[in-house]
Amino acid sequence: MVDARGFSCPKPVLMVDEEIKKNNPSELVVLVDNRTAEKNVTNHAESLGYKVTHEKEGRDFKLTLNK
Amino acid sequence: MKTKINPLIIVTGLLIGIAAVVLTKFGNPKNMGFCIACFIRDIAGTTKLHSAGVVQYLRPEIVGIVLGSTIMAFASGEWRAKAGSSPALRFILGFMVMVGALIFLGCPLRMVIRMGGGDLNAFVGLAGFVVGILIGVVFLKKGFGLKRNYDTTNLDGLVLPVVLVVLFVLFMISWPVLSKYVADVKAGVEGAKNTASFAISTSGPGSMHAPIMMALIVGLIVGVLAQKSRMCMVGGIRDIVMFKNFNLIIGFVCVFIAVLVGNVVLGNFKGFSTLSQPIAHSSQVWNFLGMVIVGWGSCLLGGCPLRQLILAGEGNGDSAVTVIGMLVGAAFAHNFALAGGADPGMVDGAYKVFSLSNNGKLAAICCLIALLIISCTNLKAEEK
Repeated sequence: MVDARGFSCPKPVLMVDEEIKKNNPSELVVLVDNRTAEKNVTNHAESLGYKVTHEKEGRDFKLTLNK
Repeated sequence: MKTKINPLIIVTGLLIGIAAVVLTKFGNPKNMGFCIACFIRDIAGTTKLHSAGVVQYLRPEIVGIVLGSTIMAFASGEWRAKAGSSPALRFILGFMVMVGALIFLGCPLRMVIRMGGGDLNAFVGLAGFVVGILIGVVFLKKGFGLKRNYDTTNLDGLVLPVVLVVLFVLFMISWPVLSKYVADVKAGVEGAKNTASFAISTSGPGSMHAPIMMALIVGLIVGVLAQKSRMCMVGGIRDIVMFKNFNLIIGFVCVFIAVLVGNVVLGNFKGFSTLSQPIAHSSQVWNFLGMVIVGWGSCLLGGCPLRQLILAGEGNGDSAVTVIGMLVGAAFAHNFALAGGADPGMVDGAYKVFSLSNNGKLAAICCLIALLIISCTNLKAEEK
């Protein structure tokens, strides 16, 4: 899991990118706390071939990346 | 890699470009329809944080942009008061971005507006800006990060929008006195005196402005659109390099196209040149290095000065601190003669180029060293 809550652009995308490059997971849960990060992480993950599902967790966003 | 282009970024870029040309037509200084750095510097002047008489005015565009972002953030449910991410570092980064911008004479947005106005010096600035961002990207890839932020009270998040609105209201209350003083000085009335608490320019860029309500409304519209589209001049170049994502750069290009076309249509475009450009100098080393500082500093901050205003409007207290850093940076830039100035132009038959003060040169070098230290000491400083 990548907990990118509290980090501003472009840190959440970099954290996700690092995790994918290191472990190439088939499923990855990412927590972010703002819509900019939600969109940026989604776009980046989709460009790497992941399918992204979104859930709202309180005021945060839980993204599940699958491929 | 495919890039999803958000149509709103095209609309925002074109509208900012058109707004810049229109605001200039209605009174803003040439090639300065919009400049976040210059306008914050003018606010520092009118509130007497510095005493450079030619750059003192409370720019309604800044109030409008922040307020527009706040309104949009509340309307779309994106308002979230957050703070606590390395505030002192953000303050000093904002300070240095402002010093760099004032050495060059413009924020990234004005750089593009100057490019669209035919100012080739701004292309040198662009080269510096790109180099600065590339240096920032190297450190981002090596793990540079400021600390995470945390939820805070709504009051904390509202500080900057509220302070700007209060300042604007006080400025409007003083406006009859201020405008009479300006009119008296321009009419040559002897003994004209400014009895208001705000300072006001009677000549120079600070005395040139579009009608107040027009500037406020344009600022509001830009604030709303920039909040929704995430417009960012730094993000455009950074995202291409880091993620091969071309979304944000489209906004950057649209501003340039709209300004260029607008200037041609209004007959303001006189071709591309480095000489005698409005409120610009052709001291290229300092144009370049000034924008290296802006690009590098903004990259570490996560966004350009416009983006910092928008984030501050969304409740981000760290960006509010950054904006206050920029305000103080502007005051220092003028109190200590660090800022650039226009080329003197033709003197005794030869074109004279502006010469940056030794203080300015020293400040630029200190900023570059400080950026290097901040970049190196915050690698892998993130997580939990």
